[in-house]
Amino acid sequence: MSAVFDILASAGLWAAVFRIATPLILGTLGALLCERAGVLNLGIEGIMTFGAMIGWLTVYNGADLWTGFLVAALAGGLFGLLHAGLTVTLGLSQHVAGLGVTLFAASFSYYVFRLAVPVAGTPPTITPFQPIAIPGLSDLPFVGPAFFVQTPPTYVAILLALVLAYLIFRTPLGLAIRMTGENPHAAEAQGINPMAVRYGAVIAGSALMGMAGAFLTLSAFNSFFPTMVQGRGWICIALVVFSSWRPERALLGALLFAFFDGFQLRLQTVLGGAVPYQLFLMIPYVLSIAALALMARRARVPQALMQPYRRGER
Amino acid sequence: MNKPVLDIIRVSKRFGSTLANDDISLSLGKGEIVALLGENGAGKTTLMSILFGHYVPDTGRVLIDGQQLPPGKPRAAIRAGIGMVHQHFALAPNLTVLDNVTTGTESLWSPRSRRLEARTKLMAISQRFGLKVDPDARLGDLSVGEQQRVEILKALYNEARILVLDEPTAVLTQIESERLFTTLKDMAAQGLSLIFISHKLDEVMSAADRVVVLRGGRHVAERRTTETTKAELAELMVGRTVTRPVRAPSTPGERVLEAVGVSVRAGGVDRLKSVDFHLCAGEVLGIIGVSGNGQATLAQLLSGTLAKSGGDIRLFGKEVNRLSVEDAVAAGIGRIPEDRNREGAIGEMTIWENAILERLGSFASRGLVDRKAAIAFAQTIIDQFDVRGGTPTSRTRLLSGGNMQKLILGRNLINRPRILLAAQPARGLDEGAVAAVHERILDARRQGAAVLLISEDLDEVMALADRIQAIVGGRLSPPIGSEEASARRLGLMMAGEWMQEAAHAV
Repeated sequence: MSAVFDILASAGLWAAVFRIATPLILGTLGALLCERAGVLNLGIEGIMTFGAMIGWLTVYNGADLWTGFLVAALAGGLFGLLHAGLTVTLGLSQHVAGLGVTLFAASFSYYVFRLAVPVAGTPPTITPFQPIAIPGLSDLPFVGPAFFVQTPPTYVAILLALVLAYLIFRTPLGLAIRMTGENPHAAEAQGINPMAVRYGAVIAGSALMGMAGAFLTLSAFNSFFPTMVQGRGWICIALVVFSSWRPERALLGALLFAFFDGFQLRLQTVLGGAVPYQLFLMIPYVLSIAALALMARRARVPQALMQPYRRGER
Repeated sequence: MNKPVLDIIRVSKRFGSTLANDDISLSLGKGEIVALLGENGAGKTTLMSILFGHYVPDTGRVLIDGQQLPPGKPRAAIRAGIGMVHQHFALAPNLTVLDNVTTGTESLWSPRSRRLEARTKLMAISQRFGLKVDPDARLGDLSVGEQQRVEILKALYNEARILVLDEPTAVLTQIESERLFTTLKDMAAQGLSLIFISHKLDEVMSAADRVVVLRGGRHVAERRTTETTKAELAELMVGRTVTRPVRAPSTPGERVLEAVGVSVRAGGVDRLKSVDFHLCAGEVLGIIGVSGNGQATLAQLLSGTLAKSGGDIRLFGKEVNRLSVEDAVAAGIGRIPEDRNREGAIGEMTIWENAILERLGSFASRGLVDRKAAIAFAQTIIDQFDVRGGTPTSRTRLLSGGNMQKLILGRNLINRPRILLAAQPARGLDEGAVAAVHERILDARRQGAAVLLISEDLDEVMALADRIQAIVGGRLSPPIGSEEASARRLGLMMAGEWMQEAAHAV
């Protein structure tokens, strides 16, 4: 028991929680934005992989880290454009199109990676983002090193969650996005172009997914390997439901999951001898399903989610 | 008439091979209420969609205050002061009333929604026109009538001067409809101009100043309501004289169904409270009442989807404890459900599939459906019951409401059921289809079926039923013979007056 307490009391755990949470925050915000406009984007897993690859590759070729992030966002946006073309213009099944985008983007990123970096063996590395201590706050005992010494993208992700919450609930554009996700016909009757709103939301959301991937190679690690996203995209899809489609809750949900994950990692090192480590790997997922079951019962799904919009048809 | 605020000039619109609007012109004066009358498919909704910019007309133009409106631009129509109240509300149930009203009213790139100003403005409009509403209520929690109020408020919030209502009473109860028309007249008195689409003659005569009649996509007549009659309008609308059939006298046969003290409790609520009624062969029993008083439960009970919690039901003289849907079909109970789109037919399936749904067993051999026989069966229904607008293999949702109802009627009547359960059979149908449906029901009666007719339409019940009972709050009044029935008497019954009498008697 004291081992568990020691883990909880270590600033290292809490610093790790934010690091683990960052790609989840960005990815969940991206998926959430798409779904608020009525488009499920299962391309997330592949888009994150591509973002991780292209961000890393950009930096590897001499650009600075923020440029890497930007390129990852742009690439994500392009995949978003593809997904929007398939689901919004052509009105195809959002599940099938999304899985297609994921398979395509994941394979394509490996292909590009191999073309650009033909060496085998140990993957090449870059110098990733370094943690920045926030002056003043980081000097606080325990709280300082736990919360206020993070890499810049983590601060950006948290800020983005708040910005997106404001955008969705406090601006006319956010209302237009919500209306499009609830009833695109109603949006059109009020002079809003639901197609344009969906395109915009899917492209912007996919850009966030690209950034989520780039965090893995530019901040959490320093190299790229094809399987590194490891289902994080699917976790984000579940976190969107957990959050009831609210960005501020998405932030909390991502932190909660990251906490379970960080906790089990440390628990492995303490109790790893006695219990198979696979059991610990399960913990975050089991707890997530439990939390999801509790939260999702009250959630109000955007009514037009997964329904293609066609003008003049009801 | 003073200077028109709206002029629709020689508009035509073609969809594939059908000419939905053929050279239609229409004008509307300030403070005027014009009814656009026509049967389903006459082109009313197409014309209004052109006005609102949902469709681009092939030829013709629309002028607002003499200024031409750019075609196909809803935004421009809104800005010019046209407000549209759709039949299927264009609202989002998960959002609040205020959100629904203010969507798209501010520049999308504005950094902040002006909620406070919006709320003040909404409340002012709500006060001015007597349209009470709670801006923070979730829309999905409101009644249909209240949702329509939000739809109207939305148009007014956009500063509409011309309000178009597409079949506004189709989803409303009688009382809500009356209240709506009072509001509309008040709006016209305050200088708004209104067009409402309808195929109901009563409301057209009572609410409109002027009527424009469309038929088959063409403008066939225009009358002031003070200078016309319901009969004339009906003829103009249908293109021929339509008379609803009236039942001939008959002597009822044996009692096929008898319910004594039957109660139904479902979802923790007493839906039916000790009701007594019986059905005789060759007779129509009308159940009249404002919808939501237990009609649905009564229909579900007899079609086998709900079980009774008390009382006795005797079917063909035999005690029935629990009726299943299969039993009901096997016993020859034909059913016309209240909501034909949800319970009557599956729109995405073909006509032949819908035709054989409840007798799949007789069209199956060795685990396979006998398509040929099924299609032939569907064709028989189509021929005998005059279902127009589809072949056995076309999708059922492509049928108009009236033709879908004829298909459902045909499916039930072709095997001569001994009992026919008809819940709101003519709701939402146009005059021609109503007459056809009534004719079929009377046919069934003539052939000896016992008919239970559930309706909230007084005219319908008085025309078809031999005996009438009112349903109020899950209770049934004692029956009265149709010769004793008058609109006034039935009105009192629907208000539950017999309950007080019964109380006095005890």
